[in-house]
Amino acid sequence: MAPRLKKEKLESKPKSAKQKIAYEEAVPVSMESIGHPEIFPLVLTTKTQEIFNCRAGEDITEEHPNKLIKKEDIIQDFKNRAGISDFHPVKKIVMEYPGEELLVVYDKEFKYGQNFYLIGTEEAKESILNPPEEQVDTEEVKESVEEVYVYKPPIPKPWVSLGSEKEIEEESVHESTVRAKYKISRERRQFGAPIKFGDYNASSVKDSYIECTAYADKNFTVKQLEKDIAIQVIPILMDTYTQTQWKFPRNATTQYMPREFSKEERETLLQSKDLKDFLNSVSLSVEAALQQNEIMNVFIDDWKVLAEEEATFGDKTDSHLKEYQSFTDLHNIKDKTITCICWHPTIYGLIAVSIAERLSYEERVQFSGKLLLQPSLILFWSFSDPIHPQLMLQSPDDIFCFRFCPSNPNIIAGGCINGQVVLWDISAHSERIVHVKGSGSTSKKAVLKPIFLLEPDSNKDAPYVRHCAVSSIEYGHKKLVTDIHWLTDNFEVNRMGYAFENRSGICCQLVTCSIDCTIYFWDIRPTRPPPIPTDKKKEETVEVPHDVPSTFLHLDLSWRPHIRITLAKSGTTLDHCPVKLSLRNESLNYQVQDAQILQQKAQIAGEDPYHNLESGLAKILKPIEDYNTKFFVGTEDGEVIYTDWRMERDHDSGRLISQKPLNRYAVHDGSINTVQRSPFYQDIVLTIGGWNVAIWKEGVSQGPLLLSACSTKMYTSGHWSLTRPAVFFVGKEDGYIDIWDLLEKTHEPAHTQNICITSITYIRPWMFSTRQQFLAIADYFGTLHILEIPWTLSHPLVNEVQSVYHYFDREVSHLKYTEKRKEIRAKQKTELHLESEKNKSKAVQKSKEQLEAELRMNYEEYLDFEKQTLGNLGVIPETDRLSSSFRDLI
Amino acid sequence: MAEVEETLKRIQNHKGVIGTMVVNAEGIPIRTTLDNSTTVQYAGLLHQLTMKAKSTVRDIDPQNDLTFLRIRSKKHEVMVAPEVPLIPCNRKCSSPL
Repeated sequence: MAPRLKKEKLESKPKSAKQKIAYEEAVPVSMESIGHPEIFPLVLTTKTQEIFNCRAGEDITEEHPNKLIKKEDIIQDFKNRAGISDFHPVKKIVMEYPGEELLVVYDKEFKYGQNFYLIGTEEAKESILNPPEEQVDTEEVKESVEEVYVYKPPIPKPWVSLGSEKEIEEESVHESTVRAKYKISRERRQFGAPIKFGDYNASSVKDSYIECTAYADKNFTVKQLEKDIAIQVIPILMDTYTQTQWKFPRNATTQYMPREFSKEERETLLQSKDLKDFLNSVSLSVEAALQQNEIMNVFIDDWKVLAEEEATFGDKTDSHLKEYQSFTDLHNIKDKTITCICWHPTIYGLIAVSIAERLSYEERVQFSGKLLLQPSLILFWSFSDPIHPQLMLQSPDDIFCFRFCPSNPNIIAGGCINGQVVLWDISAHSERIVHVKGSGSTSKKAVLKPIFLLEPDSNKDAPYVRHCAVSSIEYGHKKLVTDIHWLTDNFEVNRMGYAFENRSGICCQLVTCSIDCTIYFWDIRPTRPPPIPTDKKKEETVEVPHDVPSTFLHLDLSWRPHIRITLAKSGTTLDHCPVKLSLRNESLNYQVQDAQILQQKAQIAGEDPYHNLESGLAKILKPIEDYNTKFFVGTEDGEVIYTDWRMERDHDSGRLISQKPLNRYAVHDGSINTVQRSPFYQDIVLTIGGWNVAIWKEGVSQGPLLLSACSTKMYTSGHWSLTRPAVFFVGKEDGYIDIWDLLEKTHEPAHTQNICITSITYIRPWMFSTRQQFLAIADYFGTLHILEIPWTLSHPLVNEVQSVYHYFDREVSHLKYTEKRKEIRAKQKTELHLESEKNKSKAVQKSKEQLEAELRMNYEEYLDFEKQTLGNLGVIPETDRLSSSFRDLI
Repeated sequence: MAEVEETLKRIQNHKGVIGTMVVNAEGIPIRTTLDNSTTVQYAGLLHQLTMKAKSTVRDIDPQNDLTFLRIRSKKHEVMVAPEVPLIPCNRKCSSPL
């Protein structure tokens, strides 16, 4: 406080540099009101001034306004003059004054009220006496600064407290209590001693720990005093219902008639202007609406059209065949190959393969003795059991082709290597193969059993089923039967080859072809007994084992075909050797047939259909007119033959002979292995043979619609896809399978995939559902691979059938066009030839003289040339040359 | 009269049109190309439906009005053009197709 006041006083001092005379006042009134509590205005009379030598104007002037008066003098003055002393008002101050001398200042201008004033404190006295020197200095400095501005860095001033340190002190955190320090140490002698630690459960001992449980302190609960609520205005909904009580029913009717205009009214209305105006205004919109309908088909169901791209299962671009399963029988298949595959038409997951020896003809002859001991089999595999075949059908010799009967899947017909046709009836085992249990569970139980004990079990599981009928050896084929087909159950064929309606509803006829150049038609129904003496027959009876069903007993060993067709080549003695057939109306049972339909059919036919029916029905019925009896045959030489199976009567001998082939095409370089109709189009046939593939259309005789380029490897088998009309599969001799997609590429296969290391012998696809399509591939070493066809190859594109059909149409028209072009070309060629002939004849008529002149010219030219060359060589002397050239110039 | 005839004929002769019918404000048929029973049935049913449609449109927006009604079924399409009083308004084309 005191220093602050000092400063104020210092500031006020330069303002008023003039000194004032301080006067003594009666009451010591300090100038506290104006902030100077040490200043006491005094009135000093002239007498007092003389006593203290502070006479105004003489001792004290404006320049030297300060006068120090001794305290003792003032006290003396008090004693002398008592009450009238001028210092009387400030007597108290004087008495209490600590120092010896008091300062009296002359206040000439009565700044503090009087002409003198007394300074009451020692510090103020000192500050008045001393500071004026400093003020003078600052005044002088200020004057000099105005001339030249010199930068002076700010002088750090001592910090003046303005009360902020108090706030900081309040906010800062200090430790209120002194921290207790504990030092715990063990006894010295225990340092380094062995320690024994033990587990200690804190909760077991009382008071070993102190818990500080949490509790809801009421002091800290906050009461929500404000809340945000939103309110929405909605119409009040009310659900109510009432039920009327139907106390007593009453019938009530009303009859009404529509209001109608009478004729006159109508006339007037029609004439009215309103109607005219109305029609004018409305007709535009109506016509616009009608036009819209014409432009766009308004009845399209947008949802259905949107479902073009169905959600696919798996990768859409994946066109790789996935291996599903493969079957190899370790016991029976050793050095054997699979010759034919057939899926069971009704049972899911059942597939039959025929096994044959991998030997050439000479080897067969050599090992014929050994071959007799080994049975020739057809194995039935099921998906649930990849190791053991379900059923084994036995046959007299190796089977090269076989088929399930479409109307009765328990009948199987196969063709042997020796030319016999074999029939099996597996009705007794049909239940077994329907419910196939996986052998997985049994094998798990028998884990610890040694392997050799398991073998007899497997043999028991798969019984051998003996064939129940074979064809007659004399009247049947003489050589290997290459293809066998069942005729569809809607027609049958009689001896002449005419087609009749099949009343029985079941398939009862077969057609086989063999490399002895014949095609036979067989009937499995009993015929009239042949006119052969019975005693001869008796000798030939063979003991039939008991477990063989007697369905075809009537056929056994006496079965003979009723139509024999020979494929004769015109002009030569060699005949065609048919390898594969394709009939027009063959129902390629490519879908799992409904078992119920088959049962119904069987019921209609009766219990023992093959005995009861007689094949003589054909005589009663009239033949079906215009029935297409033509079919395609593929031969061993690579020729595709289109012929008719109707027999003709030879005029000379009266015998029935087969017709000559209608068309013959030699496009393949090797034996044909597939002749197959497309499942979608009845007249498109696929032939695969040698090194290329051809697609034919029945009726188009110019040539194949599509003939592929020769591939590097020989094609060994092939099949159309069952669901996509543009796709077919081809197997090659190196184990690769080519997948052709006619909509993608027609010059080469769309995909190639490796299946096995040896050549593929047979391909057969099968469809169980829209999502599951399998491809069965048999290889030369006897392994059957089952592959799953991916979505892209099994699901047809939108309008694929039509697109492929259009493609074939285009090819047909292309063929026709090429034919026409050929004709035109031929014409042009002949014309050109004629013209050239004419020109030649004209040139001959040149005159003789001209010829002579020409000859002379040529001779002279030659002479010149000779001279020149000799000259160049340097043989002729120069003079001669020169003279000759000179001569020429002249 | 001739104009009316001509307009109606033109509409009737459009491709795909089976029959046309003119009905007054109360639903009584004035002129038709179909047989009587069909006409009466259609007139009665369509009149009610058109009224309902009109009132619906007007409920949603009182300044709006029904200009055309098309009923498309599996077999046919019925087009109803009610008389629309001309109100100057912005024609907003909400194309349904």
